[in-house]
Amino acid sequence: MDFKFTAEEEAFRQEVKDWLKANIPPRWFELTTGYWQETDESWKIARAFQKKLGVKGWLAPAYPREYGGADLGHIKRLILAEELTYHNAPVGVETEITVNWVGMALQHFGNEQQKKDYVSRVAKGDIVFCLGYSEPNAGSDLASLQTRATEKGDEYIINGQKIWCSYAHYADYCWLAAVTDPDVPKHRNMSMFVVDMKTPGITVRPLINILGCHSFNEVFFDDVRIPKENLVGEKNNGWFQLAVALDFERSGVQTAAGNQLLLDFLVGYAKSTKRNGRFLSEDPALRNELAEMAIEIEVARMLCYRIAWIYKTGGHSNYESSMAMLFGSELLRRMTDVGMRVLGKYGQLMNGSKWAIGQAEIARSYLASLSIGVGGGTNEIQKNIIAMRGLGLPRK
Amino acid sequence: MDLGLTEEQEMLKKSAQEFLAKECPKKLVRELDESDTGYSRDLWNKMAQLGWMGLSFPEKYGGNGGSFLDLTVLLDEMGYNIVPGPFFSTVVLAGYTLLEAGNEEQKKEYLGKICTGELIITVALTELDGTYDAASINTTAKAKGDGYVLNGTKLFVPDANVADYILVVARTKKSANPDDGITIFIVDAKSAGVKYTLLKTLARDKLCEVILENVRVPKAHIIGNLDKGWSVIQSLLKKAAVAKCAEMVGGAQASLDMAVNYAKERVQFNRPIGSFQAIQHYCANMVTDVDGSRFITYKAAWAVSEGLPADKEVSIAKAWTSEAFKRVAVLAHQIFGAIGFTMDHDMHLYFRRAKAGELAYGDADFHRDIVARQIGL
Amino acid sequence: MDFQLSETEKAFQQKAEQFVLSAMPPGYTDRCLYWPGAYGAILEFEERDPAIDRFRERMGEEGWLTMAWPKELGGGGHSFIEQAIFAERLSYHRAPGTDISTLIAAPTIMRFGSEEQKKEWIPRIIKGNLRFWLAYSEPNAGSDLAAIQTTAVEDGDDLIVNGQKIWSSGAHIADYAWMVARTDMKVPSHKGTTLFIVDNKTPGITIRPLINIVGFHSFNEVFFDNVRVPKKNIVGEKNLGFLYLMVALDYERLAIAIGGFRRQFDELVKYVKGTTRNGEPLSANPSVRRKLADLAIDIEVAYNFFFKTAWMMDNNQMPNIEASVLKLFATQLSRKLASVGTEILGIYGQLEHDSKYAPMRGQYSVGYLDSISAVIGAGTSEIQRNIIAQRGLGLPRK
Repeated sequence: MDFKFTAEEEAFRQEVKDWLKANIPPRWFELTTGYWQETDESWKIARAFQKKLGVKGWLAPAYPREYGGADLGHIKRLILAEELTYHNAPVGVETEITVNWVGMALQHFGNEQQKKDYVSRVAKGDIVFCLGYSEPNAGSDLASLQTRATEKGDEYIINGQKIWCSYAHYADYCWLAAVTDPDVPKHRNMSMFVVDMKTPGITVRPLINILGCHSFNEVFFDDVRIPKENLVGEKNNGWFQLAVALDFERSGVQTAAGNQLLLDFLVGYAKSTKRNGRFLSEDPALRNELAEMAIEIEVARMLCYRIAWIYKTGGHSNYESSMAMLFGSELLRRMTDVGMRVLGKYGQLMNGSKWAIGQAEIARSYLASLSIGVGGGTNEIQKNIIAMRGLGLPRK
Repeated sequence: MDLGLTEEQEMLKKSAQEFLAKECPKKLVRELDESDTGYSRDLWNKMAQLGWMGLSFPEKYGGNGGSFLDLTVLLDEMGYNIVPGPFFSTVVLAGYTLLEAGNEEQKKEYLGKICTGELIITVALTELDGTYDAASINTTAKAKGDGYVLNGTKLFVPDANVADYILVVARTKKSANPDDGITIFIVDAKSAGVKYTLLKTLARDKLCEVILENVRVPKAHIIGNLDKGWSVIQSLLKKAAVAKCAEMVGGAQASLDMAVNYAKERVQFNRPIGSFQAIQHYCANMVTDVDGSRFITYKAAWAVSEGLPADKEVSIAKAWTSEAFKRVAVLAHQIFGAIGFTMDHDMHLYFRRAKAGELAYGDADFHRDIVARQIGL
Repeated sequence: MDFQLSETEKAFQQKAEQFVLSAMPPGYTDRCLYWPGAYGAILEFEERDPAIDRFRERMGEEGWLTMAWPKELGGGGHSFIEQAIFAERLSYHRAPGTDISTLIAAPTIMRFGSEEQKKEWIPRIIKGNLRFWLAYSEPNAGSDLAAIQTTAVEDGDDLIVNGQKIWSSGAHIADYAWMVARTDMKVPSHKGTTLFIVDNKTPGITIRPLINIVGFHSFNEVFFDNVRVPKKNIVGEKNLGFLYLMVALDYERLAIAIGGFRRQFDELVKYVKGTTRNGEPLSANPSVRRKLADLAIDIEVAYNFFFKTAWMMDNNQMPNIEASVLKLFATQLSRKLASVGTEILGIYGQLEHDSKYAPMRGQYSVGYLDSISAVIGAGTSEIQRNIIAQRGLGLPRK
């Protein structure tokens, strides 16, 4: 066993840190402290930054160089992801979706033309995808989706509604799951499509999240006609693609790094803030709680590192990704809870208030933490996966 | 970064699993729990023949030259099988004290005989306060002639009932700094004035009260430097805490395995209870605790093995694993229901040890305090 | 709203306290290791103690056992609040309280039994010297009680009982089994199960001890091999046994030994105040203070659930959610009190009750083990949560 990084890896980490310090516009930090806080202005900054990352090959570091990636090894990708999050770089859910879900799936299941059309543009940061998975009646139970894609001549005609589509109002394309054969059982009835968001018949309606920002949307498809060649992989093979996509490497180290960022903020605050004549850092109860957070971050980090290591040694993650996601997301809720106690009454002040602590990152994360552990598979679903895939417990 | 075991460690793990499954069945565990000695000479000798006592000690003292990490792998398996006996006190507590602070002669004599299984040695550290602070050491050692005279009461001393020697941590000097003035003595357990009484504990581990009444110890039996023993103990406590974590990780893994197997078999409402979401989520929580504990424990063991400072890693491991094992054991009990609440069932053997493990070498609060300092608070 | 006891209630509480203190066997409170909310260390389940029998008889003589029963059936006609006040004092002093005979058997017989049964059983129960054990659970029927397989087949004036019961607390010291068995195998068990009383001395009954993890003999396995039970012992109508069981759940609502929590807590606080570690009083340790404060709050919450439930029963409101929450919360608290309590005791927390260094007679180490039973016995926490969700909150079963 060896828990340390090599000198080369450490040098890479330093390179990333230096690059991030030089390349994130200061204005970004005034606008946002993390997930679900987009404005039109912050979106523009993020997109510009992502293109810069793309030039370095760091937007899609796992992709082969021919597609504009950096062909980085597993550990360096881990380091890169860790630093991006720890520095609150302008990457987020949209890059995760576009690069790690859609771009990866296209490389796996797309034909040569599709790879040529999309993958390099993903890696360069030229295009953004939104996900067309969830529907009002198909959340955790995705198999119940009802959006239809009907074959007609050289086209598919799409009808239905999607929901919780992050950044659909900005996205260039939708990565759509739609029923292509309603007469066969669920799990054999669905196909994946690339849909240009400018196609007539698509209506995007905003859903304002609890931070007051417009991140999510409802997307309505009303006789949307798309060319047949936008079908990805075989027809009716969509569920298989989704199952394979579960095995794409996702260390989830962002949750550990995000929590570390909050903890370091809180430690700094506790050491510099006096209440009732003594520093918060001298309060035994707060010390105890902050120490517990440091401990749990270490656990979270190890659960994420494990995934990188599994892939590095040629394996596939089974239940381990679910465990890392589960632990990290639950930890964020505990962390923001502790953060609120450290800040006391000040914890409730939102950005814009002159008395708010820092950029109100604790208050904003407190709200945002609710989405982590819901989106991308609820904690309950993750636990089911751990129990059934990991421990072999019976479904019935 | 390499999160896997070496080939040799995998072999050690496998052979330990096979050996213990055969030689340390729960029937024996129960007999030893109930006995006054708490160990089986036969099992002890077989473990010695396998080279377990000397696994991580240098070859020149009769050991196998392995690392602390190798020992961790073994302790993990011993925890899985809850092997009773003075292995921990002899190898981890006494062995590493001698290795770190003993002189050549002491190492050859005592460490050598630890490696062969000839000697059982323990360390008498905690006293009536029951804490791991230097200030709690009130047992005195006063110079007299060419030796010292020891007086005091040690509490929670493991395996003193069967030990040939007891390494006694005593105060040789009063000073403003409680860390200063502590010395470690090798005391023959048969010396006049040494009296032990078994304490009745939840885990039925053989913790003892050891009363020292005018016990004479020759000067040559001092380990390390006079008055400077506390730094040795601090270093030992780190190793002991990690080693205890390794045992707890094994115990938690065993609890999980037992509960999952039962959840697959036990049928209620015409289906295996393991198909109920409530039970599945308990199991998911348990395996997360087990995997998390194992990683941070091995990371701490690795840091110790590499000779790194390891303070933070060790305290992270001990604070979290102490609570994780308890959580796992409680959930396992919950899955077993009433059957697990019977003496005949094995689950309580683990549940009891979860408490003992938590308390040994600093509980969660103790170690969180260290972590707080380590993160700059 | 008024959260205080009224003057009458206060006077009643004093009367209850005086009775308990005067009638309890001397030294019992300090001998008893009973852990609140749990089942494994109840002395009464292990052995028949004449002093306790005498205490029960006195409770019977003075009407405490039957205080909430209707006056016409020999009860005291007290309110549930008063019953709760008495139960709280009783459990605070670790006194043996209501049991299966008074809590389940008597109310069920009064409601569903025949006139002969009322005459036969009620006066004996009122006297306080009759013990029942619950013959419900079987090896394959735990949480899923509907899966019971023990049969009772009619044969002339008798039922012939065959099968096995398990987790039978106190069966070895009780007089009668309060039992359910299948009387019609052709229909689902909720339509084919009958409730009846079996004399423990009937030939064909074998009782085998099961030692629990605290080391007590509280449980048993009980085997029935062609045991003949007179049909007149059938309670209510044949095949309606499960209905009576469900109804009886309502009688158990205040069965939790609420005062026991406060008692254990008070003793812990006293210990903390009187103990120093490394020269510092344990009571000055911030972590200890916080843990104690947290427990104090939880105990207060449990008390509120308890009295709220009693108050609702007095006011003819159905405490469906409240009673299940009370049971769930109190039994989880049983676990937490033991867990946090042993943490506070530190390294001493692992000493068992006959160790000379054990704080508070080792009650907390008993609790550490025994509280495992609290969240399992009489409906596991999982089943309680299902009940709260389905019956209380109306969530669908499917």
